[in-house]
Amino acid sequence: MLAACGVESLEDLFAHLPPELCLNRPLRLPPGKSEYEILDYFRARGTENASGFASFLGAGVYRHYRPVLVDTVVSRGEFLTAYTPYQAEISQGILTAIFEFQTMICQLTGTEVANASMYDGSTAVAEAAMMAARITGRRRVLAVRTVHPEYREVLRTYAKNQGMAVEETGYEEGSGALDSADLESKLDENTAAVIVQSPNFFGIVENVNAAAEIAHRRGALLIHVFTEAVALGILEPAREADIVAGELQSFAIPPSYGGPFAGIIATKEKHVRQLPGRLVGETKDTRGNRAFCLTLSTREQHIRREKATSNICTNQALIALMATVFMTVYGREGLREVAEQNLAKARYLAARVPLRFTGPFFNEFAAVCTGWAPEVINEGLIEEKIIGGLPLGRFYPELNNCMLLAATEMNTRDEMNKMAEALTR
Amino acid sequence: MNGKARSHITQNEPLLFEMSSLGKRGYQLPELDVPAVDAAEALGAENVRAEIEGFPEVSEVEAIRHFTRLSTWNYAIDLGLYPLGSCTMKYNPRLNEAVARIEGLAWAHPYQPESLSQGALAIMAALEAALAEITGMDAVTLQPAAGAHGELTGILLVRALLEAWGDPRKKILIPDSAHGTNPATAVIAGYAVENVKSNERGMLDLAVLDRAVNEDVAALMVTNPNTLGVFEEEIARIADLLHDRGALLYMDGANMNALAGIARPGDFGVDVMHLNLHKTFSTPHGGGGPGSGPVAVKEHMAPFLPVPRLVRRDDHWTLDYDRPQSIGRVRAFYGNFGVLVRALAYIMALGSDGLRRATMDAVLNANYIRRKLECCYRLPHAAPTMHECVFSDEIQAARGVKTMDIAKRLIDYGFHPYTVSFPLIVRGALMIEPTETESKRELDLFIEAMIAIAREAEENPDLVLQAPHHTRTSRVDEVTAARKPVLRWKP
Repeated sequence: MLAACGVESLEDLFAHLPPELCLNRPLRLPPGKSEYEILDYFRARGTENASGFASFLGAGVYRHYRPVLVDTVVSRGEFLTAYTPYQAEISQGILTAIFEFQTMICQLTGTEVANASMYDGSTAVAEAAMMAARITGRRRVLAVRTVHPEYREVLRTYAKNQGMAVEETGYEEGSGALDSADLESKLDENTAAVIVQSPNFFGIVENVNAAAEIAHRRGALLIHVFTEAVALGILEPAREADIVAGELQSFAIPPSYGGPFAGIIATKEKHVRQLPGRLVGETKDTRGNRAFCLTLSTREQHIRREKATSNICTNQALIALMATVFMTVYGREGLREVAEQNLAKARYLAARVPLRFTGPFFNEFAAVCTGWAPEVINEGLIEEKIIGGLPLGRFYPELNNCMLLAATEMNTRDEMNKMAEALTR
Repeated sequence: MNGKARSHITQNEPLLFEMSSLGKRGYQLPELDVPAVDAAEALGAENVRAEIEGFPEVSEVEAIRHFTRLSTWNYAIDLGLYPLGSCTMKYNPRLNEAVARIEGLAWAHPYQPESLSQGALAIMAALEAALAEITGMDAVTLQPAAGAHGELTGILLVRALLEAWGDPRKKILIPDSAHGTNPATAVIAGYAVENVKSNERGMLDLAVLDRAVNEDVAALMVTNPNTLGVFEEEIARIADLLHDRGALLYMDGANMNALAGIARPGDFGVDVMHLNLHKTFSTPHGGGGPGSGPVAVKEHMAPFLPVPRLVRRDDHWTLDYDRPQSIGRVRAFYGNFGVLVRALAYIMALGSDGLRRATMDAVLNANYIRRKLECCYRLPHAAPTMHECVFSDEIQAARGVKTMDIAKRLIDYGFHPYTVSFPLIVRGALMIEPTETESKRELDLFIEAMIAIAREAEENPDLVLQAPHHTRTSRVDEVTAARKPVLRWKP
């Protein structure tokens, strides 16, 4: 091969680089290791993490059972090692799966059109806010303080550089739901969108339709955010929402210390040209067979360059495929049943601890720590191989005696008894 | 036909919604160990939904067959060469999949106490250090979720530093050979875009830049090697010019596979750059994601990196949120950790010598293809080739055969096409990046196929124009798909 290239050595291929720009020493990295040594290294790191612990952490990342079929499907090289499906003739597998994904997301959220997925829930919310600004021509968004705190941080990063203002509205001291009077007073003629999470960060189910009505009166859009997708199996979709932006981690996506996950944006058909991200559409091939392809790409950066709706280039195809397999395995009855189990488990635990809020909740709630501080309780639980809830003071100083507890189908009665006992000790 | 491909039967398969039947199920939940709860009572009847209209109902075997059948309709690296230029479709080692699934890593919750996260933090620290060494930069953030997300982070860092110097300035210069994400990113970050023309060698021209860089210019975004696979030989002088006038140099690291172990952007005067772990560092593309786009900076930009920052304190790793100059968060949590694990496993497997050798092999493979195809395809830029080469369809276009037609015919020969019609500065571009993981045997089959297609274009252009002939799906009607969008199944 060297001879065919007209060179004598591999180094000659780089002879045209200015020598002062070349590295004149080996990289300061260890020599290559064997498969066994690498496995060993990562196993050791896994052991330094919490391994084999029960957990009551939620707050945007939930422990749900992952059916074996999910990894079986996503481990197939034809899905794992394919590129973005630009060449439709040899990409019908992933294109069909994404079309099914888009359909199921619409069915779940009660919307008309959903994209092929976003990086995660936090960036989906930021992109949804920019989308609302394009639709309304307005430059201000209102986010309720019960939207995931890190999502609001991401939103501020994106908004700041777009010259968009982000303001926050409060929650009701008693119910933990959004304060509609505060929301109404902060809405104005320049408000592009109101951003409401439900179930909210405290796990409370919000009346999103009522908030939408308030927003619509002033010409603003309503963005419904969700972080716990399993709740969609039992909760009535917020049909008055204009845009739905959420996180699908709960659908068989491993917590994996925070990623990779998959976000979604879904909306009404009339807004489809302002939707960011990839879209798959149905069409036919020249022989008249049904076929799918990436479509409406004139919204996207590789065609529109600086005039694109977003700079996003990929979706999270393999992660969206995990969610697709999850939704398929559980299906119409199963998703409902998982959601009911979550509801039952959370009620069981909630009945044994003092609750901070009175609003209806799904699988997560704020508990008051009447004796020890949340951090102290959690420290004590580590010996019992239990990770307690999230101390809320980290994001809400006014709730520094509270912890956020999530209970899913994976928490056993015995674990929950121990958790309740530690909290009320 | 040549030796790589032959037709075989593939299974037909309806959509999930068309094969569902009432009451079928593919799951089994454990019996509830706590009392069941009435949903309407617990949540309020108005909050409880009726059943999900149209949602699938299939058995387990139907589910596995459905997705397996779909999978056979895809091409993949596991089936052969995937020569997409600038996409770096190299082999994805399966060891990386195995380590990412280790329980203590895959099930780690981002809010579990730091005392129970030391393994995850150590992995991130090791990767940050390795990427800093490979790029010659001083600090790395792993938070961005993809290449374009890394670009956005990088340009926000540019803005933050210039703001701290007193003036964020107004525009970003972008060469006409750049990826579409570059200009889109600059706009999302609140900058105007000015395109810069490349010279006839396919490189940035110092004289052109000299005229373009004024007090409005915040930064130049440059891909090096650029999308022609050509190394920007003036890069150090370009950096000096920008710095002299108070502007910064951003490098898109999409093509880092041509440099790792050979040369380091930090030594060229680059201030900030992003990497694509799903390109250079072998993590799978997965049909379009997940990726990961770490950003590496020089010391003067480090105070602005997204929060939290990983720091070593009293013999353990901790996340530092107290960074008053930070641009803030660009993503919830700490990045696509599962992708970071895979990339570190790759770096460990190759090691110092292996990374350098991989780069050399990638450049060798691209040069080999260039030499072997120069006979039949026009090479518009004669500058030395790094990791990819770009031809034009000029010779074939005379017979009415365009780059997209050649690409579709390549499918019949058992290959995924190269990148079509990009970069935009080459008319009818064929952009080919073989990567280092391809054998000479696979490359020779590809070269044979390309030469055969060139001959077909000459002798029987219709054969190429109607391709592909042997796929289960022939050319699809993308025009109707866009004109009358059908974006979901309906009964």
